[in-house]
Amino acid sequence: MRLTALAASLLLATSAHVAHAADKVKVGFLSTLSGPGAGLGVDIRDGFNLAVKQLNGKLGNLPAEVLIADDQQKPDVAKAEAEKFLKKEKVDFMTGIVFSNLMLAVGPQVFDSKTFFISANAGPSQLAGEQCSPYFFNVAWQNDNLHEAMGKHVQDKGFRNVVIVTPNYPGGKDAVTGFKRYYQGKAEEIYTKLGQLDYAAELAQIRALKPDALFFFLPGGMGINFVKQFVGAGLSKDIQLFAPGFSADEDVIKAVGAPMLGMFNSSHWAHDFDNAENKRFVAAFEKEYGRLPSLYASQGYDAALLIDAAVRDVKGKLDDKAALQKALEAKRFKSVRGDFRFNSNHYPVQNYVLRVIGKDAQGRVTNKTMGTIFANHADAYVSQCKMK
Amino acid sequence: MKSALYRQSARRRGLALAALLALAALPPLLQALGQDFYVSVAARILIFALAATSLNFIVGFGGLVAFGHAAFFGAGAYAVAILAERGVTAAVVAWPAAAALAGVLALLIGAISLRTRGVYFIMITLAFAQMIYYLFISLKAWGGDDGLPLPARSTFGPLDLKDDAVFYWVALACLAAALFVLDRIAHARFGRVLQGIRENESRMAALGYPVAAYQLACFVIGGTLAGLAGALIANHSLLASPNLLHWTQSGTLLVMVIVGGVGTLYGGFAGALTLLLLEELLTGVTVHWHAALGLLLLVVVFRAPRGVAAWLHGLFARGAAK
Amino acid sequence: MTQLILEQALNGLQFGLMLFLLAAGLTLVFGIMDMINLAHGSLYMVGAYLAAAAAAASGSFVVGVLAAVAGTAAVGALLEVTVLRRLYARDHLAQVLATFALILIANEAVRWVWGDQPVLLNAPEALAGPVEVAGFSYPAYRLLIIAVGVAVALLLYVVVAKTRVGMWVRAGASNREMTEALGVNVRRLFTLVFAAGAGLCALAGALLGPLLAVQVGMGESILILAFVVIVIGGIGSIRGALVGSLLVGVVDTLGRALLPWLLRGFLPAETASTLGPALAAILIYLLMAAILFWKPAGLFPARG
Repeated sequence: MRLTALAASLLLATSAHVAHAADKVKVGFLSTLSGPGAGLGVDIRDGFNLAVKQLNGKLGNLPAEVLIADDQQKPDVAKAEAEKFLKKEKVDFMTGIVFSNLMLAVGPQVFDSKTFFISANAGPSQLAGEQCSPYFFNVAWQNDNLHEAMGKHVQDKGFRNVVIVTPNYPGGKDAVTGFKRYYQGKAEEIYTKLGQLDYAAELAQIRALKPDALFFFLPGGMGINFVKQFVGAGLSKDIQLFAPGFSADEDVIKAVGAPMLGMFNSSHWAHDFDNAENKRFVAAFEKEYGRLPSLYASQGYDAALLIDAAVRDVKGKLDDKAALQKALEAKRFKSVRGDFRFNSNHYPVQNYVLRVIGKDAQGRVTNKTMGTIFANHADAYVSQCKMK
Repeated sequence: MKSALYRQSARRRGLALAALLALAALPPLLQALGQDFYVSVAARILIFALAATSLNFIVGFGGLVAFGHAAFFGAGAYAVAILAERGVTAAVVAWPAAAALAGVLALLIGAISLRTRGVYFIMITLAFAQMIYYLFISLKAWGGDDGLPLPARSTFGPLDLKDDAVFYWVALACLAAALFVLDRIAHARFGRVLQGIRENESRMAALGYPVAAYQLACFVIGGTLAGLAGALIANHSLLASPNLLHWTQSGTLLVMVIVGGVGTLYGGFAGALTLLLLEELLTGVTVHWHAALGLLLLVVVFRAPRGVAAWLHGLFARGAAK
Repeated sequence: MTQLILEQALNGLQFGLMLFLLAAGLTLVFGIMDMINLAHGSLYMVGAYLAAAAAAASGSFVVGVLAAVAGTAAVGALLEVTVLRRLYARDHLAQVLATFALILIANEAVRWVWGDQPVLLNAPEALAGPVEVAGFSYPAYRLLIIAVGVAVALLLYVVVAKTRVGMWVRAGASNREMTEALGVNVRRLFTLVFAAGAGLCALAGALLGPLLAVQVGMGESILILAFVVIVIGGIGSIRGALVGSLLVGVVDTLGRALLPWLLRGFLPAETASTLGPALAAILIYLLMAAILFWKPAGLFPARG
């Protein structure tokens, strides 16, 4: 196998016009594919793979080799797998990480080896600000953004006594910071363990605090359990639930169902967005996997399209890092979320919308787009980023 | 007699030296083959070998089945990471400090745990390790759930530890030194008394030996060496991860010891090598490699009950007898 | 505040009773056979998966639970006859290694059949909401769990304390050789006890499934708690397991809710809410270390 690849590259090298172009694109896809957070990683992977499949197994006209590894949501496993991608497989791009804490653990070694990381989810504030890197691109959002949008909406609706529930990890901290940037009322914060599944103790505290609204950010299985137990405890009668889109997307809805009806959430994408790329994506995703895509899937899909456009731009010359960076910054593809551009810190400037969970024409419980909360919104850390 | 492998002989010393030289020649060999990545894998195996060896001293030589070794391994790792954060990056300061911290911890935990016996000892050592685990993940200053990253590997005089080969040699030197020291201890009077206690505790007590003090000393020696291994693993992965403190880590180390051979000098090394190599090989073959590993472990339990080291030793002895 | 404490006490009771279902089987296996079985948590996982599969196939939660208990008891008996039986005579280290191997195999087998992602097991529709208890609402499903837990604990007590089989079990736990000498078929008794323990595990797995998540590796974290429980209670003692379970359940739940509350009085909110749950988690192990310090064989030692 390796010998044939070698022979092929030698053959290619002899023909003049592709002299410095790579013979294939190697992508290291590292994500959480087992445990309670697996649903997120699986959706990103499926979105990414769908795009590659639609491009006939190619990225930027070069055959694509997508290597997949599971980080098990553990920082040390993530570091070891990343090491393998970088040193052994010598990948051209990395992508896939769901959780910010893993992104922060893996980041330095990826950037040191001058490999581009296209984040299809994790958008920690550190990498948007002081620790920003020319090798890091986020094709999703900065962690705060969706929370900021929800904070703005909750503020505008006049709620002033809110409880915030988030896991105790960097992403959770960012959520609280983001929410409180636009929400000015009273906010009681409850931190849970990352990966916690039984919320009996927290729900009793919430009952005692008697808030009029509750904002929670609990990704993956944690959110599923929380909403189920929240409704089971009878708290949904008196307390209005708000969440960022992560905690109210297809993965959670599929698991919880009807109790989620009427819940408001924020997102930069929804499957009912009315543009040609999105319609094609949603239809293809449903056909391929038999379920509606989540926002994670849309981000994985966009990550693949970004790589595709950039590799095509540099005509396969993956070793020219400066040119590749320019090509990525230029973002020459049409996103399923409509238009967006990269800010100087390589995070998106885009719209954020309000969604509500209701029943669609076919009677399925799903998200419906209500209106725009922020237009062309940038993150709050960009001024701290001094991109080298 | 389990301790037969501890017997000194000129031939064994020669063999050990040859093995050491062969191991030292590994990095250039791998680099010549273009497999640089595996130098780092090999270093990791050596570090786990050291950790497993330290546990084997407690379990196999001291006869104390401890299920909380991760506490010392992890404490060593965190000590180096915390010191690095404060600007102490010199290995000559940070590594002994890590070992000493683990040793003190072992002294405290051992002093209380040695009041119990058997299964209760297994469980109380586990309890203390879990306490330390939760303590570390709860404190944001120490990284919480995310662990504490090291900005860079420790500085070590003129040696550049960033170079994987150099780091490998340093790990090898640590392992070799630990094996040498443990071998010495085993043959000193202290070691003979410990063996006597393992075989018949009440008789040794009746003979007037302070049994508990001997066992505690054994526990502390093992803990200290585990702290050194922790300092190395934090340097290797540039992260002091809470996973290092988790009880599954204690379980993995114990499994390494049992697989390698309880109470044999090279048992920890053999176990770490076997388990980590199998992991490296099997992950390439099947995603369900854990199942394959499980089946192999069952084979070890029922076919090589004294561990791989003893099994190899047996093969070797038979070969030599021919 | 009293309402908060009352609600947390109920939560603690619920958690403790589920721990008891796990610990009861474990303590008997441990006590009678002197066998460390790390794979006990895997039976809990298998039970939860079987319950989810049977509930999905039949559309009935009750059928799911019953099928899980029967199926897991059968798996347990099979495991005892094929592998574990050969380990009774071996030392603890061999038992640790073999049952650790079984965990790996069980996890992969489940992953192979059901995939990496958690599977769904929902509580019956009728119990999804809250009910009024003493002036506040409490999840109906958690009340059901408490009821089942109390019923099983009573049943176990009657079986162990009042029946002939129970007498053999108690005799086996305190002196195996003597029991054998008295003509009890200890071999068959072992298989029976093991199967019963597996069934109890499955019951806990099936009942907790809708509250937690049915996923690979779910057995390992709870296994350690079950071990803590039986060591606190004294190995081989059903009464000890019950007392230990309730102690651990209540201390953990009350600690988790009240410690952040108390700490918030004099610490910043963030520090308090990080430190609180961690201290509550340590509390259990502190309790265990303290009990073993003063009573090195647990609260109710079964062996004389």
